[in-house]
Amino acid sequence: MTPVLQAQNVSKIYDMGSTKIEALMNVDIEINKGEFVAIVGKSGSGKSTLMHILGLLDTPTEGEIILNGINTKGMTEKELAGVRNSEIGFVFQSFNLLQRTTVLDNVILPLKYSRVPSSEWEKKAKDVIEIVGLQNRLKNKSNELSGGQKQRVAIARAMVNDPSMILADEPTGNLDTKTGEEIINNFLKLNSQGKTIILVTHDDDLAKIAQRKIMLKDGCIVK
Amino acid sequence: MIYVPETIKSALSALALNKVRTFLTMLGVIIGVFSVVALVAVVQGFQNYITDQFESLGSNLILVTPKMSQDHDPGRTFMGNRLSLKNVDTINLYVGDKISVVTPSIRIAKVAEYKSKAYSGTVVGGNYQSYSVYGLEKEFGSYYTKSDDLNKANVVFISSDVKKELFGDRNPVGEKIKIENTTFEVLGVAKPKSPTFDDRIFMPDTSLKAAFNVEVLSSIAVKAKDGQDLNELMREIKLALLKDMKSDDFSVVTQKDVLSSIDQILSVLSSALAAVAGISLLVGGIGIMNIMLVSVTERTREIGLRKALGATSKNIGAQFLIEAIVISLGGGIVGLSLGYLSTLAVSSLVRAAIPWWAIVLALGFSILVGVIFGTYPALSASKKDPIESLRFE
Repeated sequence: MTPVLQAQNVSKIYDMGSTKIEALMNVDIEINKGEFVAIVGKSGSGKSTLMHILGLLDTPTEGEIILNGINTKGMTEKELAGVRNSEIGFVFQSFNLLQRTTVLDNVILPLKYSRVPSSEWEKKAKDVIEIVGLQNRLKNKSNELSGGQKQRVAIARAMVNDPSMILADEPTGNLDTKTGEEIINNFLKLNSQGKTIILVTHDDDLAKIAQRKIMLKDGCIVK
Repeated sequence: MIYVPETIKSALSALALNKVRTFLTMLGVIIGVFSVVALVAVVQGFQNYITDQFESLGSNLILVTPKMSQDHDPGRTFMGNRLSLKNVDTINLYVGDKISVVTPSIRIAKVAEYKSKAYSGTVVGGNYQSYSVYGLEKEFGSYYTKSDDLNKANVVFISSDVKKELFGDRNPVGEKIKIENTTFEVLGVAKPKSPTFDDRIFMPDTSLKAAFNVEVLSSIAVKAKDGQDLNELMREIKLALLKDMKSDDFSVVTQKDVLSSIDQILSVLSSALAAVAGISLLVGGIGIMNIMLVSVTERTREIGLRKALGATSKNIGAQFLIEAIVISLGGGIVGLSLGYLSTLAVSSLVRAAIPWWAIVLALGFSILVGVIFGTYPALSASKKDPIESLRFE
């Protein structure tokens, strides 16, 4: 079986003039389809850098990222944007919804950059909004929602293009414990339906729900 | 892949989030386009007014006018005016066989009264042939005759506005109107023609001179017979008149000459307008650029998000550029509409009209302003790094 995501010998070095900062060193990761993987590490361990590289928002100084068997090295900005759009669903700590825009329009946003015909946008968006249980909030604006609801909208938005994997960066960081658990349940439900999930967190307890834990320390995988 | 209609829709909803700011940003372009459109319409109205006045006179008309004083002072021109009835006779004597009509023309502003009503118009004195020179058409009654000229008869032929103001819808033929202390009988009424003509009261020049004691002529109008060479005829008239006056005293011009000198003045005015338009659109454009740059900074996270979700730099640039164009084009459309409304408001005074090229130009320039001043903010938005943008607080 081809892994969904492979990071091969990935290093990231920031050149700050007189000093060089090694954020990631020779990282090798392989994530299979349907896995729920947690990437754990303290602040400054390089987990955010790794998430950006895995999410194709940044390129490694050395090494390669292979997505569904396709090497992304050397891809143009446009090609990378296309892969991000169709293969990766992002969920951020601070939700990042469009201000004063309806739930439906927020979820439709990734479809606007896809090849999906506009006639299908609304149906696709409504389907994923139903999965996260916000079908009664379609016309509510983002500022009218609670933190948990906002994150559920973000999950729906990540799902709408049916990506190969969902990359969640501290998805419960801005939520209270109870709401955080609801969000995690949403991820577990998606995972049980076969979706690959990569959870980036500093919280060891949260990482326990994942099938596999990748621990980072000073830019290297330690476990 | 993102389509232009979808980008326009996104731009409209982004702008709708800050309605007051969007309106204030548009204001520069609104004022610029409004002032240009309104002024162009008024200049056009003025041009229509002049053209109306001349068009009806026919192309074979030659005018003898007092020469403009060197300093172009109308007062001095008037004082130095030596045109008299003798000149009319001279023209008749020397070129009478080449012309169909020659009439003196005296114009003075007077108030005409009928019972309790009064109308402030222009009294025009000319001979019985002036009817064809002015290109009038009868609605009621008749024009005055040769015998009225000879007898200095107190008769008038009034224009449509004069009739409307003094007599309403009634046929006024046979009624008496009073101008200063003299009573005149209304012989006929002209059909409506143009605002410049419709305030006139025509009477024999002999009667006008007798009633108001006016000696000098405003001009002499000569209508050439068909097939005459106008330039040759003008030269002959000039030579004839040199027997009565010095060459400094008068000018012989055709309608075309008058129109072209007015056109010259209007073109200078239009250039000044273009400069005003340029400056106001520049100011409006800088306003748009300023607000778009603020908007790019405010929406840095949104830019990062859109890039994470699959937008390319080109998509982001297009989005912000289209927002700038929507603002400036919107301002252009509002300015154009206000300009149109203002021409409606003054339409009773001047036949102002917005020419089609002014509409195309106003909207074209609005789009251009959006493109020029929206490009830099759009480029700076498109170049933003997605990771930095998503971290932006």
